[in-house]
Amino acid sequence: MPGKLKAKIVAGRHLPVMDRASDLTDAFVEVKFGNTTFKTDVYPKSLNPQWNSEWFKFEVDDEDLQDEPLQITVLDHDTYSANDAIGKVYIDIDPLLSSEAATVISGWFPIYDTIHGIRGEINVLVKVELFNDLNRFRQSSCGVKFFCTTSIPRCYRAVMVHGFVEELVVNEDPEYQWIDRIRTPRASNEARQRLISLMSGELQRKIGLKVLEMGGNAVVGYLQCFDLEGESGLVVRAIGTACTLDKLSNTYTPATAINPCNSSPSKDIKDSPQAVPSALGCRSTHSSPVHSASSRLSQGFSVSVPTLLFAGMKHRHRSSDGPRARQCRAGFGEEAPGVPLSSGPPTPLRAQTFSSFSPSKSYSRQSSSSDTELSLTPKTGMGSGGSAGKEAGPLKALLRQQTQTALEQREFPFFTLTSFPPGFLLHVGGVVSARSVKLLDRIHNPALGNTRSYKLLDWNSFTADEPETRDAWWEEIRQEIKSHAKALGCHAVVGYSESTSICEEVCILSASGTAAILSSRFMQDSALDTEHRLSRQQASVFTSGAEKGEGDMGSTASLGFEDLMSPGCAFCHIPYDELNMPFPAQLTYCHCCRRYKVPDVLFTTIDLPTEANVTGKGCLIQARLCRTKKKAQGEGNATAISNLLPFLEYELHTQLMNKLKLRSMNALFGLRIQISVGENMLLGLASATGVYLTALPSPGGIQIAGKTPSDITYEQHISNMQKKINDTIAKNKELYEINPPDLVEEVIGSPIPEPRQRSRLFRSHSESSDEVSELDLSHGKKDAFVLEIDDTDAVEDIHSLLTDAPTPPGFYSCNTEIMPGIYNWTSALQMFTSVRVFRLSNVNLTNQGLNKVFNDLCENLLKSLYFKLRSMVPCCLCHVNFTVAVPEDELIQVAVTAVAMSFDKDQTQENGRQSIDKNLMKAITENEDQLQFPLELSAESSSNPLNSAKGLSEVSGPLPSARAPSVDYSSFTDRCSSWIEQLRLKAHTIRCGSIKTMSSLEKASPLPEGRSRSLRSNRSYAGSSVTVVKMTPLSFIPGTKIIKYLGIINMFFIRETTSLREEGGVSGFLHSFIAEVFAMVRAHVAALGGNAVVSYNMKECVFMENPNKNQAQCLINVSGDAVIFVRESELEATPPQPHSASAQTSSSGEGT
Amino acid sequence: MSVELDVFVGNTTIMDKEVYQLWLNGYTVNDAVKVRIEGGVMEECEASAEVLLSDTMDQFRTFQMCERLLQNPAKLANQLLFQIPPDRQAMLIERYYAFDDDVVREVLGKKLSKGTKKDLDDVSAKTGITLKSCRRQFDNFKRVFKVVEELKGPLVENIKQHFLLPDQLARDYAAIVFFANNRFETGKKKLQYLTFQDFAFCAGQLINNWTVGAVDNMVEDMDVDLDKEFLQDLKDLKILITDKDLLDQHKSLVCVALRGKTKVFNEMEANFKNLSRGLVNIAAKLTNTKDVRDFFIDLVEKFIEPCKSDKWTATDVNLYLTHYTNSAHILDTFKHQNVWTRYMGVIKSCILRMYHE
Repeated sequence: MPGKLKAKIVAGRHLPVMDRASDLTDAFVEVKFGNTTFKTDVYPKSLNPQWNSEWFKFEVDDEDLQDEPLQITVLDHDTYSANDAIGKVYIDIDPLLSSEAATVISGWFPIYDTIHGIRGEINVLVKVELFNDLNRFRQSSCGVKFFCTTSIPRCYRAVMVHGFVEELVVNEDPEYQWIDRIRTPRASNEARQRLISLMSGELQRKIGLKVLEMGGNAVVGYLQCFDLEGESGLVVRAIGTACTLDKLSNTYTPATAINPCNSSPSKDIKDSPQAVPSALGCRSTHSSPVHSASSRLSQGFSVSVPTLLFAGMKHRHRSSDGPRARQCRAGFGEEAPGVPLSSGPPTPLRAQTFSSFSPSKSYSRQSSSSDTELSLTPKTGMGSGGSAGKEAGPLKALLRQQTQTALEQREFPFFTLTSFPPGFLLHVGGVVSARSVKLLDRIHNPALGNTRSYKLLDWNSFTADEPETRDAWWEEIRQEIKSHAKALGCHAVVGYSESTSICEEVCILSASGTAAILSSRFMQDSALDTEHRLSRQQASVFTSGAEKGEGDMGSTASLGFEDLMSPGCAFCHIPYDELNMPFPAQLTYCHCCRRYKVPDVLFTTIDLPTEANVTGKGCLIQARLCRTKKKAQGEGNATAISNLLPFLEYELHTQLMNKLKLRSMNALFGLRIQISVGENMLLGLASATGVYLTALPSPGGIQIAGKTPSDITYEQHISNMQKKINDTIAKNKELYEINPPDLVEEVIGSPIPEPRQRSRLFRSHSESSDEVSELDLSHGKKDAFVLEIDDTDAVEDIHSLLTDAPTPPGFYSCNTEIMPGIYNWTSALQMFTSVRVFRLSNVNLTNQGLNKVFNDLCENLLKSLYFKLRSMVPCCLCHVNFTVAVPEDELIQVAVTAVAMSFDKDQTQENGRQSIDKNLMKAITENEDQLQFPLELSAESSSNPLNSAKGLSEVSGPLPSARAPSVDYSSFTDRCSSWIEQLRLKAHTIRCGSIKTMSSLEKASPLPEGRSRSLRSNRSYAGSSVTVVKMTPLSFIPGTKIIKYLGIINMFFIRETTSLREEGGVSGFLHSFIAEVFAMVRAHVAALGGNAVVSYNMKECVFMENPNKNQAQCLINVSGDAVIFVRESELEATPPQPHSASAQTSSSGEGT
Repeated sequence: MSVELDVFVGNTTIMDKEVYQLWLNGYTVNDAVKVRIEGGVMEECEASAEVLLSDTMDQFRTFQMCERLLQNPAKLANQLLFQIPPDRQAMLIERYYAFDDDVVREVLGKKLSKGTKKDLDDVSAKTGITLKSCRRQFDNFKRVFKVVEELKGPLVENIKQHFLLPDQLARDYAAIVFFANNRFETGKKKLQYLTFQDFAFCAGQLINNWTVGAVDNMVEDMDVDLDKEFLQDLKDLKILITDKDLLDQHKSLVCVALRGKTKVFNEMEANFKNLSRGLVNIAAKLTNTKDVRDFFIDLVEKFIEPCKSDKWTATDVNLYLTHYTNSAHILDTFKHQNVWTRYMGVIKSCILRMYHE
């Protein structure tokens, strides 16, 4: 029972009037944790009560600490009737459980009521005293850190990446319990909020346990989702990547201040003893032999081929669920021993841990869905995982075995990360994805008895528990993904994510990721974590690796060297065997290194690797599709959906490819395909960021061909269209600054092994010289992408191609973390959420009509965003995240969350110092504008001589004069207080008499200082102003350095109204709700002592309305990482742009 | 086919000054969109009318949600719902409390009651300002009035502190509150030529010199109510017109001083006793609330109009009032020098401000 939770209720403000007679409120507070409740005294007749309570102490298990939220209820005392609730605050105390995160929660929290929204604020202090628990069998996992960020967090370095962790918990949804019929909406909403809070606490704890078991101390890329399955219950599931992280302890010393933390883990890893790549470094060269064998990659879908590798879909229905599931079990049982590498004692965690990657044929193939053939195609080439390696000969085997060692003992070699420490990601195969259509059934509930039990009985070998069913569903899909990755010659899946779409009782489960080959550098010790079970294998693998290695030492070494020489292209090189390609694709030699084969296009779900060579800028590319579907029930519905899915995916893919070509780009990053199912339609939305990878061949144009060239006007029409397309391509090239380097010299200079290749190179040469005129004809069928216009689909494609409006001048957009080609970000940023719901009044829409509506909806939404944010130009919308849903019959809902970031246009060539000064200037002028403390500032500038030592002096001169009308509302309070602090320190140094001491002094006391500072700022401004909290979906804030992660923010809110019209209709209702959610997130972050949320994500926004009853309800789930950041300018002169910095360092590092 | 729901929420609340002004002016969303289209924002940003409509709706909604906070500006700074930079907050508040002189002129001195509010449609028709805007302005007056009514300390400072208004605006509100509290008549036809700024100036004079606050600065209502003792003392000034000797003496002193310095000397000489009686009678009657209300009318009727009919210039008036005030100090038997100075100082500056040539 190792924990004491202490809470103190300080005061309230802006409370609502609860007593009409006096226009006042007699408020008191209930503080509840677990089953213990404390109350404050009633503070009579005030809207700003000062309770100043004692410390309420709860003595609890750390298990409870992890699961339960602290629940604070504010009530109005009523002598004669029941006390009225004003509202509640749920505080997740998890951040207090990790020694490295926050130490105290203190601040103003909005008091939230699910019916009335925010009603005043309450000031609360929370602390936790944790005792050490050495119990081996403990159920808690305190201390495991969670990060939403899908890369190694910026003030940590990865010692080891352990791999995939997942868990799910289920429960009945309170909204659907019988009691819901008699209780108030408020009570039911609160029950739901509380339940979900409990469930996610439990989920996090369980995942934490798994991480501890693996030997890790953190989960990165933690993604938690809710499935509101309605009648059948509530599922909370999470996936993440277990890691061992080391805090960069020296963040504050001047030494590292010079190499700023934002320079990404890369550098820090270099310093770390572990990372010295001795034997392991060699291993990372393994990949080369395969490439020299020449082959070519693809992203898993190539349009000309109907091999949708990614489209694995299964349709399961109730009747067959049981037997099939059993089969799948059996399959595991049989296969596991059959695969030598994965044999070994079972892990303590799950019995099915090594279900081999041999494809899931035994169970997945039997489904009747039409698409199985599709997904089979690629797989036939490889049979099982083991065989692929053997066929490819010894080199291949070496490669596989070496790199797989660490991965293959894992059940699922999946990584939710989207960007990686340099050297970790070796090759990228392409996107793999799998979907499965399921029929939902009531989640196991013993009370309900036998009606459902027939189904449960099918699981005779297991305790028939529903989590197992859901687990099994996901397991199937993951197996599928794994086998797809195999087919691409990859042993790992990165950028992995899972999602669901539920409509009535049909549920589509989707998973997608990018097949990749990873360096084992960060996984070397993975055997340790699962203890002895792997050690034997490890040994055997090493020996086999060594044997094979000897034979090919020379080539491996030299090729490996080559690999290091051109890190910017290595990840593009195909990981699979050219002779044994999973699907037809065109391969060329890499345009960077000219040694290895690369595909003509590359699709991935990850962020653009920092070291990648990119030509020009990127842009957001979306494919949108809407397909009608007949209304149906149950199985019929599920069948209909699974029949439609492959076509939907195929068309989405075609659209993506067309749009990519139209922009003259050859790779997609951050690809996210969302399929949403409604009663009478299916929506598909694919978003990605297109770029031109220098290593990949220049894309051919798009050629339009009519099938019946009889009519003259028809030909005219076609040639018009062709011209339009060519013009657009030319325009886009200019817009995105895509001028691939002229290849002639390289062609001459480099040894060209095969004549075939030479011709290819020449081709690309001619292509770049006279682009537009020759686009379609010069390369003939080989490269130009042919659209046959007879096809109605093609008409639609062309239509959607040409209706995509270009972004207005000054705007760029992408759905990845950053935009390639833009480095000089300013600190101005604006995160926003925009939601639109569109009603289709015309019920009998054709597919085309529907498509156009959907397309226009998305386009208009984007246009509105550009207009709204026009004051930030030049700017880039980053991490544009679209979510579509079909909440009702004729409604389409689109929600976008993104961040707009300004950048400096003039300064394309970044040179450290200058841009810092500029940034700093900007920051200061901004601050000065809003500054409430002119005194401190002037004191600052008057202390010039001292400043000079700190790089601040450059600005103190122009400071009063240069005053820009700033947009950014940066954390000026924090800045101010830190200035004050600097002043103090300076004063101190005067006494010490040495400037050097000063700087070291300043940086010497890292975290407590940061904490106390923000605390102080909270204090001193309490009542007068509010801590500014920045929010961003990115993992960083330009121009700043994250000095501390305070813990994960994971909040779930429900808002309901029975007076929709009075609240301004649906828009008014949702507008205030979203604003309230933001406010609550900010308040929690501020209370933790933070000033920003990074990796912010609105994972769920479920909106339901009933205008006739004047009612609406909305559920929102958000997550992110609370952090403390400081401006780089405050620390030391550092290159302001983290990504470029890390790109530079990493490439130089790679070279050595 | 229609957009059923359309919202945009930024972490930092986005507010366009231009749209805010349109909202304050009481435009409907559609009118505002028209104005914006005419303003050329579309060409500037390649936007369509649809986009503009969506943006305008969204911002109007934001302003509506903020309105509750704007009505209590102190809350705006420490509320958590909207993250608004301080300079923006100041802008929002200042513009929200800004008013049209034409509108305030119509309600100046009236009781800020529901009745007056009902008459706002007339005000709207007369001034051409939308009813919605008139209502907002009226509600602002009333709100400020209610809050400062019961506060101690200087009026202008209280307004500044509670409503976070800039100095000039706070002074104007002080004038409005002062007029409303004392119910000065400003609507009579004879007073129509006076602008709000004229009255605001006079209010400033009265507040600074005639209220309780002018002598004691920690009383309730100190700046809103006239100093009763002082008004009582003003009765003593009557001696200037009741005592025949004193009146003659006063007249001759003024005449001596003015002879040859003004073109309207003869008219002045002829009218001296009337004018003097007028001013002193105003002073003597101020103990009656009713007469306080008529203060400005009396000034116009008893002094400004006679002078106007004699074609005095503002310089003449200034000269006359200066000597009229100073000469009384020389009168041996006139004992009420302090009261006289306090009274005439205000009268002089008010008359000069109100004397439009």
